[in-house]
Amino acid sequence: MDLLQNIPFFSILLSLFSGTVTSMVNGKWAKRINAFIITVIMAMSGVLLFYLLGTKESYTFMMGHFPAPWGNEIRAGVLEALMALFFCIIMLLSLIGGREHLEKEIAPSKQNLYYILVNLLLSSLLALIYTNDLFTAYVFVEINTISACGLIMIRQNGHTFEAAVRYMIMSLLGSGLLLLGICILYDCTGHLLMSNIKSSVIIMAATGNYHVPLVVAIAFICVGLAIKSALFPFHSWLPNAYGYSTASSAAILSSLVSKGYIFLLIKICYRVIGWEVILSSKVIHILFLFGLCGMIMGSLSAISENDIRRMIAFSSVAQIGYIYMGIGLGTLEGMTASVYHILSHAATKSLLFIAAVGLTDASGQSKKFIDLTGAAYRNKPAGVAFTVGALSMVGIPGFSGFISKLLFSTACIQNTPYKMLPTLICLGISTILNAIYFMKTVIRIYTPVKSPYDNIPVKKSFRYVGALVCFVILNIVLGMCSTPIVSMIQMGLKMFS
Amino acid sequence: MSKLRDEESYKKTKAYSFFRWYRGEKDPFLGEVEMQAGHPYKDKRTAEELMQEKEAIMDRVYDIGHNKEIKFFKTVYGIISVIFCLALTFVLLLMVSYSPKTGNPGNPNENEVPVRYIENGLQETGAVNIVTGMILDYRAFDTLGESHVLFIATITVFILLRIDKDEKGKEKDREEANDRNYEPKNDAILQVIAVIIVPLIIIFGIYVILNGHLSPGGGFSGGAIIGAGLILYLNAFGFAKTERFFTEKTYKIICFCSLSFYCLAKSYSFFTGANHLESGIPLGTPGAILSSGLILPLNICVGLVVACTMYAFYALFRKGGF
Amino acid sequence: MGFGPNLSANYAEAVSVILFAIGFTNLLLQKNLIKKIIGLNIMDTATYLFLALKGYIQGRVAPIVVDGVQEVEAYINPIPGGLVLTGIVVSVSVSALMLSLTIRLYRRYHTLDLDEISTLLKKEEN
Repeated sequence: MDLLQNIPFFSILLSLFSGTVTSMVNGKWAKRINAFIITVIMAMSGVLLFYLLGTKESYTFMMGHFPAPWGNEIRAGVLEALMALFFCIIMLLSLIGGREHLEKEIAPSKQNLYYILVNLLLSSLLALIYTNDLFTAYVFVEINTISACGLIMIRQNGHTFEAAVRYMIMSLLGSGLLLLGICILYDCTGHLLMSNIKSSVIIMAATGNYHVPLVVAIAFICVGLAIKSALFPFHSWLPNAYGYSTASSAAILSSLVSKGYIFLLIKICYRVIGWEVILSSKVIHILFLFGLCGMIMGSLSAISENDIRRMIAFSSVAQIGYIYMGIGLGTLEGMTASVYHILSHAATKSLLFIAAVGLTDASGQSKKFIDLTGAAYRNKPAGVAFTVGALSMVGIPGFSGFISKLLFSTACIQNTPYKMLPTLICLGISTILNAIYFMKTVIRIYTPVKSPYDNIPVKKSFRYVGALVCFVILNIVLGMCSTPIVSMIQMGLKMFS
Repeated sequence: MSKLRDEESYKKTKAYSFFRWYRGEKDPFLGEVEMQAGHPYKDKRTAEELMQEKEAIMDRVYDIGHNKEIKFFKTVYGIISVIFCLALTFVLLLMVSYSPKTGNPGNPNENEVPVRYIENGLQETGAVNIVTGMILDYRAFDTLGESHVLFIATITVFILLRIDKDEKGKEKDREEANDRNYEPKNDAILQVIAVIIVPLIIIFGIYVILNGHLSPGGGFSGGAIIGAGLILYLNAFGFAKTERFFTEKTYKIICFCSLSFYCLAKSYSFFTGANHLESGIPLGTPGAILSSGLILPLNICVGLVVACTMYAFYALFRKGGF
Repeated sequence: MGFGPNLSANYAEAVSVILFAIGFTNLLLQKNLIKKIIGLNIMDTATYLFLALKGYIQGRVAPIVVDGVQEVEAYINPIPGGLVLTGIVVSVSVSALMLSLTIRLYRRYHTLDLDEISTLLKKEEN
């Protein structure tokens, strides 16, 4: 066995272990350990990606001395490695970009706790990406939920507590459904390992045994994960959680936490239930419908919002709608577009959150649009970065958002007509609405007016600007060099089945 | 007839105090238990004014008195809740009616997996208790995640409820958080019972942890028992006594040591397992207390973490730190 | 679609799923935070009951090797037991987190009603 194949196991255990170590040190060292660990895992994931691109084969890794159906197992393919690499990059940049705020908004004695949460969040994300066992997935979903709740409420004020309670309630409903779904699947198939469940499910679908429990289990797992990733009707916790938590938390939550659940859902669709069974169970049409509703309703709420952070949060609702719409199309192209949109949305949304913080800094910490007028002149890097993010969200060629919209439209043109028309119409409406609220914001921050905040100097640290520049580069790279990434995604999805 | 005592010497006997207590003339708590009156309410407004304000808020939120629509909405909300519950029940019952029969030996989950656990578990893990062998050896990755769930939950409770000692201006918060201020202290009955029962509880907990691979129980149940013993001790004797041997620092050190040992031990066994190397950990004779390889030390680690976590939860909920 | 053939044989599972539905509805629709947490615990416990029933096999005993008997016919399925053990710890952690959040909200707003808290928050903002 190649030594490089130990990388997934090593990165999960390393981040878990660093969480424990961080509890013993103060905030300063916690920060350094955290940055070091994320960088190491990022480098390792990059190496793994190259290795897998070379071998062109996924492999499973035994967690312990016992082979597949008896022991735990993790699995790595191109898509998993790509996601791990990407999540590490986003997490590192979000933490660096929001660091000043983090140090200001969190009590010094609680800063090391923040980094514990981040380390364990990273480990749970990696475990969700790599796992090949449903119950392991459930355990790490819970770690993910609890640490995300911690990230929301560590900036202690009434809004974040309320948001954290709402988030926990919705997440717990989701976890309850997910756990019951896993139990039912276990009951019908007798396995917890993804590949073994899949072979049993295929036999069950062929013979028609236990049809009702299977459909109920699929529905529960899909709805549970959809609730957890804030699909449209279950998004009530989202605006406050993203709007009032500290900037790094908002960036990490919007770009990584919900994406982790979506990735798990995609993995379950392919590796546990099997694509044909999912398609025949009709559950996917529900996700499709909710996705379409989310695309429109999220954008409408964002237009009527008067607070820049909450506006970006509502835009997240719309983007999650896009991702579910892509999954709901039920084709390989739709799925590719969804996975690409996970990447592109993660890169753009974290950029927007970090840039918005710079703009509010230049406007006396006010998040209201009226105070933000002309903010781009007071904090030029943040203004430019925000504009890039907005253009990417709207879908201007050259940025990452354009490619995902292109992929979505090509995917739905190849689809059956009764799904193609509503999708195209919704895509069009949603893009126009997107353009309205993002362009409104960009025009406002570039309106040259005299403002009471003109003479207040804005501290632009090197770290902040550096993070913004990296984010912008990431966006442009995703937009310009999309072909290799799309082919990697397609290769990874093929490895799934 | 015995010699009658005079009243003075009779008053000193136990019989006298017993009959006085029996007749209800004496309060056994008075003068024995240290009672402390609650702090007077600092807010100058009277209780009535506060109630009025609360009612005003309730009015504004629900507006039950005036707004028929909201009342209607509340009724509809109740009805919809019941319908939702019934619909969910129906779907689940439908699912249950089609799922395999309970207790039937030929169910789908009776496959090769439990067969190997039962038939070879003793030889492969060395644990007599098959469930322990399963969760700490076959499926150890889940259990590793699970102990970190406990760890991260404590961290979030720390974030929410810990009141830092060195921060100024937090005296009021500390007062408010410490609800031991409002209850009687040094209850003689509780203390006597605790002296007898706490050592027994803790010894039982240790027994359950150490025999986790031989009998029902293990790290989690034993840890919870020890945690309960510590909480009882805390209730009887107060924070001043427990803080002599258990503070936040102790908690951190115990948690750190146990979880790191757990992580490292399991990393070693995952690594050797995946790369097909010999782990070199002897399994011992099944049934002996020092057997089954890593399971006993792991059970001890898990037990320590769980006991400390239970105590930490309680202390944080009661006082905001320990 | 009618009910299947196994409803009467699975009466214990039926009880557990009814409890699950009750807990789920409480968690979703109750307004009082403490009642929500009670709903959460009912829901989790019902799932564990469901899971424990899945491991039970008539006439067999708990999976602890006695007198060296290692036949499959002697013991029940050990896997659901292990899963329940894991699940219980998760539910303890989550309840502790929810309760501490409730304590903080109650200290600040002196109410357990989530809608009321939202109203007070809006009032605070203006």
